[in-house]
Amino acid sequence: MQAHRLDTTFAALAHPTRRAILARLASGQASVTELAQPFAMSQPAISKHLKVLERAGLISRGRDAQRRPRRLEPKRLGEATKWLERYRRLWEGNYQRLDALLHELKTTQPTPGDDR
Amino acid sequence: MKSAGTLTLTTPGERELVMTRVFDAPRQLVFDAHTKPELVRRWLLGPPGWSMPVCDIDLRVGGTYRYVWQHDRDGTKMGMGGVYREIVAPERIVNTERFDQAWYPGEALGTLILVEQGGRTTLTYTMRYESRAARDAVIKSNMESGVTASYDRLAELLATTPARGRV
Repeated sequence: MQAHRLDTTFAALAHPTRRAILARLASGQASVTELAQPFAMSQPAISKHLKVLERAGLISRGRDAQRRPRRLEPKRLGEATKWLERYRRLWEGNYQRLDALLHELKTTQPTPGDDR
Repeated sequence: MKSAGTLTLTTPGERELVMTRVFDAPRQLVFDAHTKPELVRRWLLGPPGWSMPVCDIDLRVGGTYRYVWQHDRDGTKMGMGGVYREIVAPERIVNTERFDQAWYPGEALGTLILVEQGGRTTLTYTMRYESRAARDAVIKSNMESGVTASYDRLAELLATTPARGRV
């Protein structure tokens, strides 16, 4: 995967509204009107976000000429989440060890904070 | 409050990575586990097969820390360190972070925040890179392993969007 493509993808993912749109599309395609509904936002404002997502290859338009429903493009999103998954696994491994350590500390130090 | 055990990882801005995790322990213990070398080296190890022969911590503002990990089998070493900028025990630590073989430009700034509620501690760790290019370099290096993403994980990633509450 090329670096500039990843930049575009992450720039698109950096906005909370755009992530909310993707979350909505994860449960099925939707028209611009349907997508605009949950947000306190005008349709042109939503359309701007959709354009960013489309340019990043994260969503595409359906065939229905009337509704032009947007749908998720899972491949690009999968590429973007791959690294998150690896990073997450690394830290989850660390934190599971920390869970075990904290459990041990709790049983050996019944009144934490008083030991200093 | 969230249940213990689920790690959430998000990219809320162009330069940030944020991790959130709940621990079933008071925050003094979580703080100790991040600041006492004999405790840190028992969990901050990364992938299986690595140990932490060097873990030096000078816990004061302006003090430094130094971590070195070593692969048990082939002896490969990886080191990093930085300077403490802010310390509010047992709730907040801000420190710089730089790897010996840095693959991204500049330093990163890490902020650890611990909030205790009902005997549990919510940890929030924010890494702020000097530029979007730096953060994306971290991202890119992590992609090389080619772990397949699952959509459950994606749902988790997206679950933090503020608009959700209004839907």
